[in-house]
Amino acid sequence: MLGFVVRRFLTALLSVLLASMVVFSALLAVPGDPAAIILGINATPEAREVLSRKLGLDVPPVQRYVQWLGGVARGDFGESINYQRPVGPLIADRLRVSVPLSIGAALLACLIAIPLGIFAAVRKGTVWDPLVTSLSQLGAAVPSFWLGLLFILFFAVERRLLPAGGFTPFGEDPTAWARSLALPVLALALGQAAVMTRMTRAAMLEVLNQDFVRTARAKGVAPRGVVFKHALRNAMVTIITILGLSLSNVFIGSIVIEQVFALPGLGRLALTAIGTRDFPLLQGEILVYAATIVALGFIVDISYGLLDPRIRYS
Amino acid sequence: MSAVTLRRLTLGRLNLYLGVFLIGVLVLAALLSFVWLPYDPQAMNFAAQLSAPTAAHPLGTDHFGRDLLARVLLGARSALYVGFTAVGIALTVGSLLGALAGYLGGFIDEVIMRLVDVAYAFPAILMALLLAAVFQPGTLTAMSAIGIATVPIFARIVRASVLTIKEREFVEAGRALGMGSGRILLRHVMPNALGPLIVQASLSLAVAVLAEAALSFLGLGTPPDVPSWGNMLRESQSFMAMSPWPALVPGLAIVWTVLGFSLLGDAMRDLWDPRG
Repeated sequence: MLGFVVRRFLTALLSVLLASMVVFSALLAVPGDPAAIILGINATPEAREVLSRKLGLDVPPVQRYVQWLGGVARGDFGESINYQRPVGPLIADRLRVSVPLSIGAALLACLIAIPLGIFAAVRKGTVWDPLVTSLSQLGAAVPSFWLGLLFILFFAVERRLLPAGGFTPFGEDPTAWARSLALPVLALALGQAAVMTRMTRAAMLEVLNQDFVRTARAKGVAPRGVVFKHALRNAMVTIITILGLSLSNVFIGSIVIEQVFALPGLGRLALTAIGTRDFPLLQGEILVYAATIVALGFIVDISYGLLDPRIRYS
Repeated sequence: MSAVTLRRLTLGRLNLYLGVFLIGVLVLAALLSFVWLPYDPQAMNFAAQLSAPTAAHPLGTDHFGRDLLARVLLGARSALYVGFTAVGIALTVGSLLGALAGYLGGFIDEVIMRLVDVAYAFPAILMALLLAAVFQPGTLTAMSAIGIATVPIFARIVRASVLTIKEREFVEAGRALGMGSGRILLRHVMPNALGPLIVQASLSLAVAVLAEAALSFLGLGTPPDVPSWGNMLRESQSFMAMSPWPALVPGLAIVWTVLGFSLLGDAMRDLWDPRG
């Protein structure tokens, strides 16, 4: 098991390293002088010179990359040009919006999808299965940001039940915090739940069709026991993957949802950084997103190996 | 057993017909937009701002009084253009990488698959943010971002089928007859991977249309003056309290398209692989 964990960890580390190279070299590809682009055409040559030095454009790219990476490893992402503040704390501050939003949406999606998927699989052959399957197919086709707009229309504009946008920090007012996140979480969760329902159903059906389930049924185990003890435990491997996948999906999906509900999260920060050509900030942000996705994949693989010994040895 | 099979089959058939219908209408609508539009999609009409559907404007108008039917038809064109180009690029590049990795194996396989792993860490929206920072955001950056993010899945599919097929007797027979690697890949290996590739292309088109809409909603896709569905939704945001139609019409068009491609993909998979 330890060998498996170490091997997977090294692969994940390599992926993050390669991702950092992609992020860094992308900005090398910016046509022209980045300092001139950031400052605009009216900047004096002196100002450009100062910014160039600040961005480290006077040192060769490889050296600059190593310096940047060394900083990142110590939690120092450099300084934002627009905010004139270190990038690390700026990102950490925005995570207070994006993390609860993503985790809330992923958990809600699982709470809807896993029971519904199991239900559809167990009721295969009745009218319930095609009903759930068709509904989830429809749900997966609805863009989360459009669903967000519809929620604003029905819950905020028409009935004024919940705020249409904006964010209240938890420390200020926990109730207002929950209310400000309710609609975004719901909009993000429903589409994800639809995708996951289909996956859970497929995972359950695969297990339910196996011989040991038939044996359990034949020796008289109660139907409930077959589903929850024999089948669900084996379907867990797939369901864990689904949970990890959904966390990555909603984390990326939150970029768009934050824009709909005017939430000051990581996604909004990234869009502002593009508008202001704030390269150090954007570099840091994109690396944080990519590394999170790799890390979630790593955690999924490890839990996979814990749950299914066959995977450790392949 | 037979009753269950029959029901599955009919639902599968129903999905296929519905998928063909949705995509057929969409493609016809996009083609129609080249020869006929009910109005000039950019023509403003301040006498009919934010109107609900009427005889003159069957789907209503937006905040400039522009006809929503004309704009949503034009949007179908951008959606299909971006979707098909992105998935086409991903299909070509992904198949090539997957075939090379699977067929050559060893070190090259390792290098290609590590690169594919890295691409997994950059979903379309993230890749689009990166490209938008480097280049001027627009149709090209959105298309490339969606394409790059879609490469890994095609590479995996082709690599997996190459690995299973390359040990089979008919490939060995081909080699014994003196066929070159390129010809074996093209004549024997690729045709066997075609089914899963077509299914995945349809499913990826659904994802690509969703991504294109999200990107132009964020202002990172189709230029703001072109009526794409994402752009229409972004503009509708400020006027939702006055009229829901500018937000409803493009959203429903997205659902229509995404549902169509995913039904089509699923139905084709069921027809080819009845076990699934």
